[in-house]
Amino acid sequence: MRITVDVNGRRRAADVEPRTLLSDFLRHELGLTGTQVGCEHGVCGACTVQVDGEPVRSCLMFAVQADGRAVRTVEALAGDGEPLHPLQQAFHERHALQCGFCTPGFLMALEPFVRDRPDASEEEIRAALAGNLCRCTGYEGIVQAVRQAAREPG
Amino acid sequence: MKPPPFRYEAPRSVDAALALLGEDAKVLAGGQSLVPIMNFRLARPAMLVDVNRIEELAYLRKRDGVLHIGALTRHATLERSDVVARGWPLLRQAVRHVGHPPIRTRGTVGGSCAHGDPTAELPVALAALDARFHLRSKVGGRSLAAAEFFVSHLTTALREDELLVEIEVPPLPSGARTAFAEHARTHGDWAIAGAAVVLAPGHAAIALLGTGPTPMRAAKAEAVLLAGGSAAEAARLAGALADGEWPVALTTALVRRALEEAGA
Repeated sequence: MRITVDVNGRRRAADVEPRTLLSDFLRHELGLTGTQVGCEHGVCGACTVQVDGEPVRSCLMFAVQADGRAVRTVEALAGDGEPLHPLQQAFHERHALQCGFCTPGFLMALEPFVRDRPDASEEEIRAALAGNLCRCTGYEGIVQAVRQAAREPG
Repeated sequence: MKPPPFRYEAPRSVDAALALLGEDAKVLAGGQSLVPIMNFRLARPAMLVDVNRIEELAYLRKRDGVLHIGALTRHATLERSDVVARGWPLLRQAVRHVGHPPIRTRGTVGGSCAHGDPTAELPVALAALDARFHLRSKVGGRSLAAAEFFVSHLTTALREDELLVEIEVPPLPSGARTAFAEHARTHGDWAIAGAAVVLAPGHAAIALLGTGPTPMRAAKAEAVLLAGGSAAEAARLAGALADGEWPVALTTALVRRALEEAGA
């Protein structure tokens, strides 16, 4: 099926099989390998991207469903050679990652939250990131990074 | 894993969707349960009828005091709605337990109900609220109560040619207070037990999660409350509907917590 998707502000057209997951379309068709594929059943959150501004699991959407929609991936946060996005910078400063596999999913899930809820309590921050698994950090640095990015939006 | 091939249709109207439904067709709503099942190849529908582009199914409106929830309403829309928070706080209390924020942006109220998972929160809340489920097919429509709509584990009264189009929730009795309590092994995981409660003068509704293959109303416990019985006594009767020593203890504790939160 022919689809046209706005990906990170660029119009991308492609022929896809209906069963192609959005995560595979982004990685294999468009070469946007920042989006990670972990569990492929919606549990780990590593594949989280934004569709029309809302964080979604790209492994639980078919690429055909993104036809005519705007998709935003981690590559949109900061281009090559550009300064990091404030949330990325906060992750860097607060040691909110170790291996980094889960990081793009955390960033895309949390970026709207940080923007919309600068006064969020720690409990609310933890609820906001509960859908993303990290096996390295123990989450403490991630919670601190979210708080810092909310306070200092850059 | 990737899903096996299927035919894909994305109708723009309810009528067009109904014309496609039938044997071997599966409705794709938010996809937060169906797509994992397909990725694992536990389901291999020959055709997916994607209802996400049917705008006439995405609405949330209050009319004459009654809440009308279009089947395609996202969990996040329900969660953020002031109309829901003011008039039907139990729905907000329950929906916050559904998965995680990036699940709730896609998942739909209709999908949660049509999937018929006995550990889903919204069907339990809707059972406590005496909601009605509106179904349509090419040949007509029908309207069912929760006790008729939810048939068994992952099974509802929906026929292959039927689409759940709306869930209708009556107004709460005046002075009503509501609460939702559940236990899951980890935050956002499937709940093991839970309770949704509506209390008002002359009104008591307790719906249970985890005590059977469908949401279950605790009728004896409700009757005891209406007769002036204590929260502890009602919780004991409701908990007794669970099967096994710890499920009974857990359900009793959760019902008691919900009743006390609702002012019993």
